[in-house]
Amino acid sequence: MHDSDPLNHGHLLVVVNGRSIPMPEGSTVAAALLTANAPCRTSVAGEPRTALCGMGICFECRAVIDGVPHQRSCQIPCRDGMEVETQP
Amino acid sequence: MDSYDVLILGAGIVGAACACECAAAGLRVGIIEPGVTGGAASAAGMGHLVVMDDSPAQLALSRFSRELWRDLQNQLPPQVEFEQRGTLWVAADAEEMDEVLAKHRTYGSMAAASEVLDEAALHEAEPNLRSGLAGALLVPHDAVIYPPAATAYFLASALRQNANRPAKLLRGVRPVKAADGVVTLQDGTRIAAGNIVIATGVDTTLVPWLNLQKRKGHLVITDRYPRFVHHQLVELGYLKSAHKLTEDSVAFNVQPRQNGQLLIGSSRQYGDLSSEIDPGILGKMMERAVGYLPSLQSVSVLRVWTGFRAATPDKLPVIGPTLDPSILVAMGFEGLGITNAPGAARLILSHILQQEFPIDPAPYLPSLAPVLHA
Repeated sequence: MHDSDPLNHGHLLVVVNGRSIPMPEGSTVAAALLTANAPCRTSVAGEPRTALCGMGICFECRAVIDGVPHQRSCQIPCRDGMEVETQP
Repeated sequence: MDSYDVLILGAGIVGAACACECAAAGLRVGIIEPGVTGGAASAAGMGHLVVMDDSPAQLALSRFSRELWRDLQNQLPPQVEFEQRGTLWVAADAEEMDEVLAKHRTYGSMAAASEVLDEAALHEAEPNLRSGLAGALLVPHDAVIYPPAATAYFLASALRQNANRPAKLLRGVRPVKAADGVVTLQDGTRIAAGNIVIATGVDTTLVPWLNLQKRKGHLVITDRYPRFVHHQLVELGYLKSAHKLTEDSVAFNVQPRQNGQLLIGSSRQYGDLSSEIDPGILGKMMERAVGYLPSLQSVSVLRVWTGFRAATPDKLPVIGPTLDPSILVAMGFEGLGITNAPGAARLILSHILQQEFPIDPAPYLPSLAPVLHA
């Protein structure tokens, strides 16, 4: 049976720029960044960028995930204890 | 018939630098470019401003030119991205370390600063290099630029000199003949000039007697990894591999860009005239780079492209007047066209004005260029 409220799924804790963010299981890292109100990355000119296409094509959602830079956060599901940082 | 003091054929970085130099000297300059200004070799290369010591003449021209770039740095607009990164010539073993010492002496003899780094100093300077390398020679005054922006700067400078005798850029027209002070365009238009400077890169249509070979190269650019490397890193074996005249070769050559991107080179191939990417040599080039910088393995590559260097048999550019005294050439710069553009422009101007030369022009004279084998 499908759960009508996704928030009733089990919760994970994802650390976004040092802040713990509870996320429902199955969420993408891009969703965690949006929930934390954090940009995924910073443009060459220093402007904030966030997920755009949501399907791994546009590369706007790149972030540092568990220390690995330039990961497409819209394509990666959250894991408990994951460390996510805005890509400088 | 329109007429100019100097008509420059080709608006790559060499032609643009010649235009800038001639206009600044008060000459009325025309520039003809059938394609995109700075769009061929000038757009394909790395933009490494480097003193090269593979021959005394190359050393003299590249040192002179690099110093001109350094003199110019405060006038360059920010988009040229001039950064005095310095070159690190990386020695893999004791034998290459001996070459580092020899190179250090050679640079010293030309009053070009350089500093020998031992294994520990190299590791401190570039922690991402693999351990166990013997050391390096740091050439601190070498620099990097973004060449298309530098070409645009030279052209813009040429066009705004001499309000009463302004330079003119003729784009989208193709010269088909240059002789006796007249350039003929494809549509039959004739333009007169006291001096015609041919700076058409690898295109020898107008100078078929010039022995140039296209030498293909690949470059890779990555996503932004700020502070991944700090200097332009080149393996010392580069000269060995760059010198081979016939064989395909790769060499480790990595450059940090201002925005944190990395340019990864280099490859050299003769006989392959297609601009297609060659996965075989690209693979070898990347393996070579990862051999020096293991963590390159996990960087994200954005784009790969190819370009063609104009190689001469003696590895020296051809700069100066020809048998037709109205025609001068500035061609055959191989991998050093960006570095040597300002120096070549000075030499061309000295030939035109019959002024004193800043360096000995003899090694680059077309009369000394090895003739085309029949």
